[in-house]
Amino acid sequence: MNSEDTGAEQRLVVPGDQIDAPPGSQPGSGVLLQGDGLVATKLGRVRMNGDVVHVMPTNTAYMPRSGDLVIGYVEAVQNNLWFLDVRGPFNALLPMSLAPWKVEFGAARQHLDFGDAVLARVMEVDETHSVVTTMKGVGLRKIKQGCIEQVAPHVLSLVIGSKGRTLQRIKESSDCRIVAAQNGRILIDGTPEGISIARSALRIISETGHAPGLHDRLSEVLGGDE
Amino acid sequence: MGGYGDIKLLRDDGKRLDGRAVDELREVEVKAGVLPAAEGSAWVKHGLNVAVAAVYGPMEAHPRKIQRQDRAVIDVRYNMAPFSTSDRIRPGFNRRSREISKVTAEALESVVLVERYPRSKIRVEIEILAAEAGTRCVGITAASVALANAGIPMKDMIVGVASGKIDDVVVLDLDKAEDNYGQADLPMGILPNTGEIAFLQMDGDLSTEEYELATEYNFKAAREIHELMKQALLDSAGGDE
Repeated sequence: MNSEDTGAEQRLVVPGDQIDAPPGSQPGSGVLLQGDGLVATKLGRVRMNGDVVHVMPTNTAYMPRSGDLVIGYVEAVQNNLWFLDVRGPFNALLPMSLAPWKVEFGAARQHLDFGDAVLARVMEVDETHSVVTTMKGVGLRKIKQGCIEQVAPHVLSLVIGSKGRTLQRIKESSDCRIVAAQNGRILIDGTPEGISIARSALRIISETGHAPGLHDRLSEVLGGDE
Repeated sequence: MGGYGDIKLLRDDGKRLDGRAVDELREVEVKAGVLPAAEGSAWVKHGLNVAVAAVYGPMEAHPRKIQRQDRAVIDVRYNMAPFSTSDRIRPGFNRRSREISKVTAEALESVVLVERYPRSKIRVEIEILAAEAGTRCVGITAASVALANAGIPMKDMIVGVASGKIDDVVVLDLDKAEDNYGQADLPMGILPNTGEIAFLQMDGDLSTEEYELATEYNFKAAREIHELMKQALLDSAGGDE
């Protein structure tokens, strides 16, 4: 996202709006090529990334993509696999073979039961949006402590901030371990006071993140600048 | 259309009973993002009509037999509240609401990029809280704003608007008396940017010239309502444009 640096257009557009872009611009996410012109397909802000025009939506549903780190809740269990709610249109599969434990056939519930939360990674998304996740990898695990907050997926980039600075600031001020998953679920683990500070910061970002002066508003709960 | 009664719907000065000119819209108000529980929502007041639309999804399409492997299906539920008219309406689905739900879904499918969400369902709930005349048009307008508010990709928005004929004169945006006792009604779903028509129904008789004039009125009104829809969405997104 280099639009702030380049001063590129940040106009708000609604679906169907023509986007005035330099000749030769390519349609990116949220943009459709119609005839010779570019048309917005979502409500959002126009951003240029090189010669590719994007519309950064102000509201959007999470669509899983291969490689995404996600926090999922177990919604259903079968003999050899789990179904995870990862906030996508469909439940994601977690097969027994991709779990970090050696699971006997039929003993899936002994390791993960209904309602359990896990940190997993999306391994595969096919063209019909079926999702397969894996728990084999560094840091992927069953979540046993901490609290899970949820923000809209499009707000996540504001939570992380440029070069991860905002997230780092929240981590340092609240003294919590924080894992921001791409599906908008955020694991916060620390003292009750720290969790409370981190949750307040997330609420401010969710509600007023798009407006100027976010840094100052965050300072009210996170304390002064470092 | 109630038929050709003796009721005079145009005044001697050429204005309509409510004082509007023949090509004048009723007052329209649009708000987006009114329901926190829905992914997207809208509130539209058009004359005395009030509609609220809510969008949920994309989600897994159930039952499985309605799933399409290559695209999403749009499931619209249009419902008039029991207190929306002077006579109480029996709650629940009826023949009319089933028909309007179907035509609204087909109109919305022509603008939503349904191929982006295979096997999914996008649920659109339209609740008419107060009805005067032209509730299907208000419902389409509200659904369109709610879809945009939910971040569902669309090639354009749809504006629902109707014209008709009273006392042998083509007029824009019929009110209740004109709808009940007029000679014709022509509701349309118009894509204001591309100029396409996504939905058209006609009740009564119109000559070719009358049809063309009614269409012209509808397109002019669609552009006006589209500006209000855009402003409502920009306001909901925190824009100042």
